[in-house]
Amino acid sequence: MPATREAPPPGGGAAPLLTMRNVSKSFLGVRVLHDVSLDLAAGEVHALVGENGAGKSTLMKVLAGEHVPDSGTIELDGTTHAFTHPQQAQAAGVGIIHQEFALLEHRTVAENVFLGREPTRYGMVDRRAMERRTGELLAELGESGVSPRAHVRDLSVARRQTVEIVKALASDVRVLVMDEPTAPLAEHEARLLHALVRRLADRGLGILYISHRLREVFELSHRITVLKDGRHVTTVPTADTDTDTIVRAMVGRELGAYYPPRARPGETGGTALTLRGGGNRRLHGIDLDLRSGEVTGIAGLQGSGRTSLARALFGAAPFTEGDMTVGGRTLRPRSPREAIRAGIALVTEDRKGEGLALRQSVRDNALLVTRAVPGQQHASAARGLAGLLDRVRLQARGGSDQQVQFLSGGNQQKVVIAKWLAAAPKVLLFDEPTRGVDVGAKAAIHTLVRDLAKEGLAVLIISSELPELIGMSDRILVMSDGRLAGELPAGAPEEDIMRLATGPADEGTAAA
Amino acid sequence: MTTATATPAPYKRIAAALGTGIPVYALLVVLLLALAVTDPGFYELDRFLAFVKRAAPLVILAAGQYLVIVSGEFDLSVGAIVTAGVVVAAQLYGSFPDAHWLVISLALVLAGAVVGLANGLITTALRVPSFITTLGMMLILEGAVFYWTGGSPKGVLPEDFRALGRNSAFGWLPWAVLVCLAVGAFAVWLMRRDYGRTLLATGDSERTAALAGVRVHRVRVLAFVLSGVAAALAAVLVGGFSGVSAQAGRGLEFEAITAVVLGGVVLGGGRGSVVAAMAGAFSLQALFTLLNLQGVSGALESTVQGVIVIAAVGLGAANWSRVRGAADRSRLRRRADSPGGTPS
Repeated sequence: MPATREAPPPGGGAAPLLTMRNVSKSFLGVRVLHDVSLDLAAGEVHALVGENGAGKSTLMKVLAGEHVPDSGTIELDGTTHAFTHPQQAQAAGVGIIHQEFALLEHRTVAENVFLGREPTRYGMVDRRAMERRTGELLAELGESGVSPRAHVRDLSVARRQTVEIVKALASDVRVLVMDEPTAPLAEHEARLLHALVRRLADRGLGILYISHRLREVFELSHRITVLKDGRHVTTVPTADTDTDTIVRAMVGRELGAYYPPRARPGETGGTALTLRGGGNRRLHGIDLDLRSGEVTGIAGLQGSGRTSLARALFGAAPFTEGDMTVGGRTLRPRSPREAIRAGIALVTEDRKGEGLALRQSVRDNALLVTRAVPGQQHASAARGLAGLLDRVRLQARGGSDQQVQFLSGGNQQKVVIAKWLAAAPKVLLFDEPTRGVDVGAKAAIHTLVRDLAKEGLAVLIISSELPELIGMSDRILVMSDGRLAGELPAGAPEEDIMRLATGPADEGTAAA
Repeated sequence: MTTATATPAPYKRIAAALGTGIPVYALLVVLLLALAVTDPGFYELDRFLAFVKRAAPLVILAAGQYLVIVSGEFDLSVGAIVTAGVVVAAQLYGSFPDAHWLVISLALVLAGAVVGLANGLITTALRVPSFITTLGMMLILEGAVFYWTGGSPKGVLPEDFRALGRNSAFGWLPWAVLVCLAVGAFAVWLMRRDYGRTLLATGDSERTAALAGVRVHRVRVLAFVLSGVAAALAAVLVGGFSGVSAQAGRGLEFEAITAVVLGGVVLGGGRGSVVAAMAGAFSLQALFTLLNLQGVSGALESTVQGVIVIAAVGLGAANWSRVRGAADRSRLRRRADSPGGTPS
């Protein structure tokens, strides 16, 4: 297998590595894929974009043998396959990296990589061979920092992803599907992953790359395929198109301005929250002022303490030192309950695990805070449920009786926001407010956040997506190593942020 | 564009109200019909009320067990609480023969609450899994009863104490039925209150609940306390109905869990209705009655129960959730203007 260093042929030229033709799939009589066709060349990074529910994941699950298509063919290297089980797809050379990793946390890296096909010697698992081979694969990927003997539970999210990739490589994949691989990663980790994806493509793998982040799609891909409502909209060489065209194809409409206008000088009110010398195990000497009417952005690499700061302000992982005032009252919350009482709300980054009770209704989720922490808002919140859900522009087919697990990511996030608005907070903290949310709902959430600031809330936003952070924030604080590394004005360029985030002294930290 | 304020069609409202309980209500109807066919006299008022009276302790236990299961835990100690309750009542009467029945009953309820409190605190504060905590509590209580009575409980329960379990109000309505109705009404009321809603949310996602300001430990402990209280109430009825015995509550914990599971309540917490759990208890009692009428050996009761509990959990996990989930998702997808979640 020669590793082509050339830019791979966009579709034409040599026979493609993979061809999916006229794939259709229905669930209980509802068609979710309509005659979708797609091809992929060896060495190509082919991006698959579309709103949530467009059918990207379903199409990829058909390819990976997780769903059996109703009609259509899959051709790999000229052979037609009809996968009915993931193992068949795997044997044929299709690997898939899901958003949720399929790793055993309490086993080592090598054990995970060779799970179910451990090399044996004299009938025993040959751990040494396993670890050697894993080490080789890691080295090939430039990830020698990961030990094959490390336990997965001790690895960061980015490293776990690397293990997933190695796992796929160990079974000789030809086609690698990556479903939103950068969603859980910070900016610099995402860059490392991009470099890795390029190297994999250079080795002759065909890569199908699903992402909501158009910027990386444009940086990384050779071609882009847009799906909408289960149909193929277009496939274009990346070089021949631009973001606006793709967004239009995805949403079927003009999105207009990406971000709502920022606060004008007069719109920022008094200080809602002050923190002086805030610190705990992970944070050191944080001074912070959040003003009503203002959106404050927090930037920083993964592990820089952004999330720790939000959780400390919210009392979930409290400060152990420092002075904090909320709405004029001195109070350092020791629990979420105390923070809620003081008027602080936190929209966490893990929406499904920490933001929602998935099997409960929209109503029960939206009223959870006011029920748990009774206050003067309670009665009005229950009466005003409809108004509350209108305010966040929730679209739920089953109304407020709908179980939230069946809502799209964007609507789920709106329920989380409604839950906090019911408690009438003064300070609203957002940790990755639009993670896993489709383009249309993203814009709606951005508008909502700005509206809330206009109504007088003090808003703090943490985001790993720098364009979002820059677009939304009235000022940007950059964190590094558990400290505030600096403050930048609205619209500061990404380079300035990254410079502060990657630490004061040496440069070249983000070398890939 | 559909907004959250849209009112669903009436039949959907009914279906939503029945929720995960639909299979158990259907099962209960089938069993009650089968009983009518097998035994034409079953629906004479006094005989039917006698059936409800026999079912009452299990229904009460199921309501208590529901609270614990829906919060994501188990309570295996309730059968032993029933046994201990009956034996303790007899011992108390041995020491204070003239005690008022209400005083003794309230003492039992208080003791049940204390046992539940211990279960709850050990489970939440010490983080011992409730399966182990309450299994240990069951063994502790059983051993204590055995030690205290030497294996053969002495003493008798006076007539006024036993009235609740075996006599009737107005000469026709068994007190047990009234107690059962009162417990049922209380349970339904409780589940509609803030406490009930936060209990469900806690069972569904403890982290979400805690971050929303729910005092998750307190909520869970209260569920155990209420389960203990329900068990003590059941003890009063069982003691009245069948008298003093070291076997009084044997196996009731598993019958209660079977009933709750039969009611479609999801093990692990967060989903299911208390009415369906109580309907599960009635179904189980109806099934036992039916088997009895059909001449099936009573010895097979636990076998039947085993099959039911496995089948109920199996069917619940394999079919309902997926079919319903897929149906809900596909309904979402039918909306043209705003796409639903990605199918999984």
